[in-house]
Amino acid sequence: MKRIALVIAMLLAGAAAAQPVPEALKSYGPADAGRRLLVRGTTDIARFETVLQLFASRPGGLGIDYEQWGSNDLFEVTLTDCKRGGQAADMVISSAVDLQVKLANDGCARAHRSTGTASLPQVANWRDEVFGITRELAVIVYNRRLIDDAEVPRSRFDLIDLLRPEDSRFRGRVATYDIEASGLGYLFAFADAQQATTFGSLIEAFGRSGAVATCCSSEIIDGVADGTYLIAYNVLGSYALARAEENPDIAAVAPDDYTLVLSRAALIPRQAAEPELAGAFLDFMLSETGRSALEAAHLIVRTDDRAPAALRLPETPETSFRPIALTPSLLVGLDQHKRRDFVALWRSTFPNETGGTEARPK
Amino acid sequence: MKTRARAGARLTGSLSFRLGVALALVLAIGGVAVSLAAYAYGRSAAQQSYDRLLVGAANQIAGSLGLRDGEVIVDIPVSAFELLSLAPRDRVVYAVFDDRGRLVTGYDTVALPEGDGRFFSGSFAGEPARYVHVRRQIAERSFLGAVDVVVGQTTEARRELTQQITRNALLAVAVVGLVISGLAVLAVNSALRPLHRIERDFALRSSRDLTPVDVEVPQEIASLVAALNRFIGRIDRQLRVMRTLIADASHQLRTPIAALRAQAELAREATDAEDQLRIVEKIHERSRNLSRLTDQLLNHAMIIHRADSVDLAPVDLRVVASDAVDQFDQTLSGSERVVRIDLPEAPMVCDGDALSLVEACKNLINNATAYGKPPITVFVRDDGAALNIGVRDRGDGMAEGLWADAGKRFAKRSGVSSTSAGLGLSIVSAVAQAHGGRMTIRRPADDRFEVFLELPKVREAEP
Repeated sequence: MKRIALVIAMLLAGAAAAQPVPEALKSYGPADAGRRLLVRGTTDIARFETVLQLFASRPGGLGIDYEQWGSNDLFEVTLTDCKRGGQAADMVISSAVDLQVKLANDGCARAHRSTGTASLPQVANWRDEVFGITRELAVIVYNRRLIDDAEVPRSRFDLIDLLRPEDSRFRGRVATYDIEASGLGYLFAFADAQQATTFGSLIEAFGRSGAVATCCSSEIIDGVADGTYLIAYNVLGSYALARAEENPDIAAVAPDDYTLVLSRAALIPRQAAEPELAGAFLDFMLSETGRSALEAAHLIVRTDDRAPAALRLPETPETSFRPIALTPSLLVGLDQHKRRDFVALWRSTFPNETGGTEARPK
Repeated sequence: MKTRARAGARLTGSLSFRLGVALALVLAIGGVAVSLAAYAYGRSAAQQSYDRLLVGAANQIAGSLGLRDGEVIVDIPVSAFELLSLAPRDRVVYAVFDDRGRLVTGYDTVALPEGDGRFFSGSFAGEPARYVHVRRQIAERSFLGAVDVVVGQTTEARRELTQQITRNALLAVAVVGLVISGLAVLAVNSALRPLHRIERDFALRSSRDLTPVDVEVPQEIASLVAALNRFIGRIDRQLRVMRTLIADASHQLRTPIAALRAQAELAREATDAEDQLRIVEKIHERSRNLSRLTDQLLNHAMIIHRADSVDLAPVDLRVVASDAVDQFDQTLSGSERVVRIDLPEAPMVCDGDALSLVEACKNLINNATAYGKPPITVFVRDDGAALNIGVRDRGDGMAEGLWADAGKRFAKRSGVSSTSAGLGLSIVSAVAQAHGGRMTIRRPADDRFEVFLELPKVREAEP
């Protein structure tokens, strides 16, 4: 485990980042509140704020400190807290659900049982320790202003076809997550590799057409908005749909062939100082109020009649959706050899973006 | 009174209670045995099923081993972990070691086990875990040696399956126990129902009802009912003897006593000494007859009573005959008549009551002396089928028409003669019947008359 953490740390920030720190933090509720809940998450503060405010505003004078982390840093700091046995966050919420499952597998999570957790489907609850609290789609994002309807790829096959011509205007203007920098990107790419053989043709097409692998949802969507990229592949739908509210040019497609469905995973660390409070927060997020707040923040996406206008759903949603289940199978992607090989494959596809500066795994 | 009567019977505890205790004991022991067996079975079943998953996963990982530049590389198939995920709540741990025991990939908390044990137990992240160790030999130009794959899993699913199997087995035992208990209650009730019927039969009887119990009972209780009926029959017969005795006594004794009293009054009033002497003579004779009559009545009652109450014992009829003659001789005032005895050499043994037999014999002698002609002979003989003991004389004997009724009381004549109450042959007949034989009257020649008892022989054990 230490090896994995070490490898990830080195992959992520090179040898420089000795002490991971949060990207941002914000407190809610009264500053002198008697009880404070420390929540660490990968979700942007802006996306998650409503939920935190709602919970903090409940009677009882509760304070919440929210720290926004990168997914790999969050895993590392949580694992370190767990191994050291000292103080830890009260709740950790990450979109890198494979890392969350690994934390629970290594005994770093505390069980919580309630009617809320019992009502979760099996794929969204592992050991009553890791809970899927959101419902987000991995989508293809494009700019409505730059691509007309007929050209919009409805599936991965369409995307491959768009990239095939030598003189395609999409060459060099397709972006996706850099899997070495983004835990979520790695998770999606690895899930793609499990789902279909399309993945081979897809990254081959990416490589040939000079697709861009870069970090972070917001930068990618910015690129789509300003026309740097025409299409972004495997972007987390929640960010795209939130941006689509402000910028009507942004639209998203849930691919027809299959659409990955991610449930952001929450867990209560074993050394949580306020486990009951954390459990209450979890139950709140699973409650009707919490769910509608998450829905408003596009963290739970509706795929029925009331689906967002900017989202184009697959023809047959029932058969196209592939939930990423919270099971130990996710650990396979974290295996040292597996990860090394997968990253090596990736790197051979995107030689330009990942220069020789990355620390190689031993 | 009732409780005292119940206390009189020695209570040995309630049958239902005893049955209940025995049943509870059997069920408890059985339940414990079955639970232990079920637990052991459930454990081994759970162990086996989940061990197979473990081996399957380990084999898949071992099968994914490859070599690159002389280094072992592992390409773990997702299906291996999907297999392990069939135990939905269990944590997974794995490690791959190269030929020099160095960790290739996986968890560094796993130690390479010593020896070749396939399965072993340990712990993972503070929970008990089960491990499997699979070794794969690789023989390539660049790598020659064994690669070890260790896969472990926590044991939650195993425990759950074990508990489930045990719980189901216990449930089955409980159901079977309840059914058995119910059946036992039914069986006890139905087994005791005939006893209740007998109890009700007795409770509803009048105190004079001495008829046999007539209740439907199963075979097991039939002997009890038969014994009860024998007992009731004996009481009935004894009561009847008593009633007969009282009836006979009141009927038979009233007349002679009245006559005695009348003559005694005559004697008191007689002035002539000679008359008085004559009357006294009569009184004496009447009181002698009365005494004999009383004897016979009491004897008859006694014989019938003895027939029911005295156990039969081996008796030599020759001894009976000579005792009877001796006792008869003693009652005679003079020695005017001599009774002969005709006895065989061999002992004539039958099962009998010596006293009754002697009495019967004496009665026959009395009869012969009263009505027959001398010489009178008491004989004992073996006629092949039975043993005979009786009296023979030279007189004409009874008229043949009276023979059939000779054994009944007061058959010969109504009323009382001066010498006999008419009970003599009835006593003889009763004794014969009490011994399982009968009284026989025969006239073998014109001047011979025999009355004797035919008694069954003792069945000697065949050598």
